[in-house]
Amino acid sequence: SAGRAMAAGGRSWFRALALGVSFLKCLLIPAYYSTDFEVHRNWLAITHNLPLSQWYYEATSEWTLDYPPFFAWFEYALSHVAKYFDPKMLVIENLNYTSRATIFFQRFSVIFTDILFIYAVRECCRCVNGKRAAKDILEKPTFILAVLLLWNFGLLIVDHIHFQYNGFLFGLMLLSVARLCQKRYLEGAFLFAVLLHFKHIYMYVAPAYGIYLLRSYCFTANNADGSLKWRSFSFLHVTLLGLIVCLVSALSLGPFIVLGQLPQVISRLFPFKRGLCHAYWAPNFWALYNAMDKALTIFGLKCNFLDPTKIPKASMTGGLVQEFQHTVLPSVTPLATLICTFISILPSVFCLWFKPQGPRGFLQCLVLCALSSFMFGWHVHEKAILLAILPLSLLSVQRAKDAGIYLILTTTGHFSLFPLLFTPPELPIKILLMLLFTVYSFSSLKSLFRRERPLLNWLETIYLVQLVPLEIFCEIIFPLTPWKQHFPFVPLLLTSVYCALGVSYAWLKLYVSVLTERISVRQKAE
Amino acid sequence: FLGAGKPPMYGDYEAQRHWQEVTYNLPVRQWYVVLLYAKLINPDWIALHTSRGYESQPHKLFMRTTVFVADLLVYIPAVILYCFSLKETSTKKKASICALCILLYPGLILIDHGHFQYPLSLGFALWGVIYLSYDWDLLGSAAFCLALNYKQMELYHSLPFFCYLLGKCFKKGLKGKGLVLLTKIAGTVVVCFAVCWLPFCTDMEQIMQVLRRLFPIDRGLFEACMFSSPPPRLANIWCSLSVLIKIKNIVSPQTQLKLSFAVTFLSLLPTCIKLTVQPSLRGFKFALVSCALSFFLFSFQVHEKSILLVSVPVCLIINEIPFMATWFLLVSTFSMLPLLLKDGLLLAYAVTMLAFLSACVASFSIFEKTSAEDLQLKPFSLSLKGYVSWFKSFPKIVRSLFLLSVTLMGVLSVMSAAVHPPQRLPDLFPLSVSVISCLHFLLFLVYFNVVILWDSKNSRSQKKIS
Repeated sequence: SAGRAMAAGGRSWFRALALGVSFLKCLLIPAYYSTDFEVHRNWLAITHNLPLSQWYYEATSEWTLDYPPFFAWFEYALSHVAKYFDPKMLVIENLNYTSRATIFFQRFSVIFTDILFIYAVRECCRCVNGKRAAKDILEKPTFILAVLLLWNFGLLIVDHIHFQYNGFLFGLMLLSVARLCQKRYLEGAFLFAVLLHFKHIYMYVAPAYGIYLLRSYCFTANNADGSLKWRSFSFLHVTLLGLIVCLVSALSLGPFIVLGQLPQVISRLFPFKRGLCHAYWAPNFWALYNAMDKALTIFGLKCNFLDPTKIPKASMTGGLVQEFQHTVLPSVTPLATLICTFISILPSVFCLWFKPQGPRGFLQCLVLCALSSFMFGWHVHEKAILLAILPLSLLSVQRAKDAGIYLILTTTGHFSLFPLLFTPPELPIKILLMLLFTVYSFSSLKSLFRRERPLLNWLETIYLVQLVPLEIFCEIIFPLTPWKQHFPFVPLLLTSVYCALGVSYAWLKLYVSVLTERISVRQKAE
Repeated sequence: FLGAGKPPMYGDYEAQRHWQEVTYNLPVRQWYVVLLYAKLINPDWIALHTSRGYESQPHKLFMRTTVFVADLLVYIPAVILYCFSLKETSTKKKASICALCILLYPGLILIDHGHFQYPLSLGFALWGVIYLSYDWDLLGSAAFCLALNYKQMELYHSLPFFCYLLGKCFKKGLKGKGLVLLTKIAGTVVVCFAVCWLPFCTDMEQIMQVLRRLFPIDRGLFEACMFSSPPPRLANIWCSLSVLIKIKNIVSPQTQLKLSFAVTFLSLLPTCIKLTVQPSLRGFKFALVSCALSFFLFSFQVHEKSILLVSVPVCLIINEIPFMATWFLLVSTFSMLPLLLKDGLLLAYAVTMLAFLSACVASFSIFEKTSAEDLQLKPFSLSLKGYVSWFKSFPKIVRSLFLLSVTLMGVLSVMSAAVHPPQRLPDLFPLSVSVISCLHFLLFLVYFNVVILWDSKNSRSQKKIS
């Protein structure tokens, strides 16, 4: 990607980056796709054939509609294009139907909707201004940010191999962030409201939006020392915001409220029957918790503290999403995770409320909310790490400290996505792309901040380097050993626990840096 | 490099796997190449006679990874080193852009990683060119001998290497340094060949067997090949001519062979003589192109993939004539379209062609460089000035020809993939692809020969003054 810089300057480099990554996505069309492919095909069929009242009740396939209504409308629009490619994919009963036309259409729809993401990245690049005016285009923060976002490894493999529609959703989020940075608050709020009704996972970051809009938009002015000026509360702004949110929600959920289907929709959107972790533990706090529980179990058995007959047979890594009990440590309920998440978000939200530092403070809070929810949420999917990685990219090109944290989080986060692609032909692809992205991110950020302290200390570097032997062990050595039959979950366990360490460390480091920064700013003000 | 997911074609893949099996199991005397670690991973892959047609996923992955590793170790460093060593690409940025465009060449990517072949011979030949450009003649000839012993198709490039080195020896004077250089080179070549052929040198019968396998000109084999109809998808002059006249009905196979040899050598002769008399690195690179192209167009028993032997030297001169080089590289990939369609590589073909075209257009701004001078035709046009007056609108004509050609190729590609040929002419599309490619290649042959023959020291000194 270094060579893509063109001799002629201007915006042509952005076009080249976008075009290049689109070509790459086209080449990935024949690659492996997961069950998410069938999920979306099923939703195309449901929205195309059934009336609105049946959308959230249809259950022929196990992959029922569990995204908010706007996404259902999106699938409905897509289905009208799909019928020109292969009408058979729109038949609900055709479970697991595939054909070349179907694959081509679905993959191409993801590539096409990524246009919104590309536009959002361009807007974000406009908000970022490097302190130093670099002579060479390759060293400008905007160029580096564009590469880190457009060619993001996690987004590429989740969207274009594993198959999901995250591209345009992250486009909406980044666009709303850009609008907030440009002080176009109403647009930002509108975009975020729309986003929430596309995929409700973005509720993780809603507190950041809410508090920031309340603090910086509803209270229009600050005191001299930066604290809240209660008198500057603007009823107009609050009303406008409320109006926008209500309008969007009415548009989305209105029809279902009229039909009296709201409880059914809610139950589909928030299926709490699923377990604390799914088959592959996301690298969050609960992965460490589970690992500790297992370790204590084994230790307890060996030292005869525990009675073997009382331990439930089912293992947490059995592969199904049922509810399991922990053996030694107390079991975790959904309510407990909610409380943990809430408590972990509070400090960052307080920081944002008491001393907002403009868009940068907002971004920090956003990343912290996303990461905290990832750390303590119920049934978190490892793909949710992208929710923290992408906004952090915006911060990483502006300050060296954030760049260091970004490198740790991105490398471990992307590595934790490896088990999503477990087929042999995808192994070289994922390793090659991961290497390219990691090498580029390290080299570009290092060269951007070369005048400051090194981005990573020796402990962090060793930790990241250890990922290589871990990968070799999990993918190459382990399948050749006899343990593969008896302990098939060992690579997954190792990967998620090792990455959980990295992610937790990045989270803590980011929190500490945000809090200490606020404290030092407050001390300076006093 | 992302063709890893694509299914390989049975023929080449099976051939390579069979060679692996043969070389591992049979005694040293019958080796071609060794691949020891395959046994470590899965002995089933190599068990002789039981593994014909073996094609499990991990094995496919292993084979494709070896291709990629070979690429990484031999071909890619050669390209990068070459680009950085050129005098024209003074800055690092220009050099890396040039390297990127060369590495994006669709033909090689699709054939190596899609269709499946090892890029070792081309890689070694490229190393040979690099060494020669640094005037390390011995290393250059050694590298080329290695390339030659890996794949006998490299004989296409042998004449330029020979003539260039010979010319260099002549220049140094045949009585002093020249003779020393000549003997040193000859010695290197003999040693290389000896090392490679050592396992086979135990008895004459072995050597004859190997030679017979490499060059199937045994009478029986040859006649069998001749009497079967040549595949209509070869952009070769004989196949294109066979559309109009059935040559084999007019002349006997022996005469055909002699005719093809004669035509080939006649077309090579001017370039080779010029190269021997005036050896220059630039002339050498152009000669590689034109000799390989002559061989491709006029010889028998050519495979479509042999166009790669022409394309890789063209990649080397992409800096000097970006416009014509890009055009040629597009046509060369297009000529392999029937083969690629058979392998199911249509999507990869479309994407890599578009990516390559946009990369070249952006990197070299080829549409601005279509004047006679940029096409290195200045000396030629100077001598023709008296006769032809339309050289003023030359750039525009060339540009419109290019667009016409690209449109034609695009239309034909889409039609080959999407439309069924009419009943009476089942081979319509492959045939049209090959005829059109052949016409293009003939024009390119004329162009390259013109550039070489009219290139003289005077023209280069003129360029320096102006």
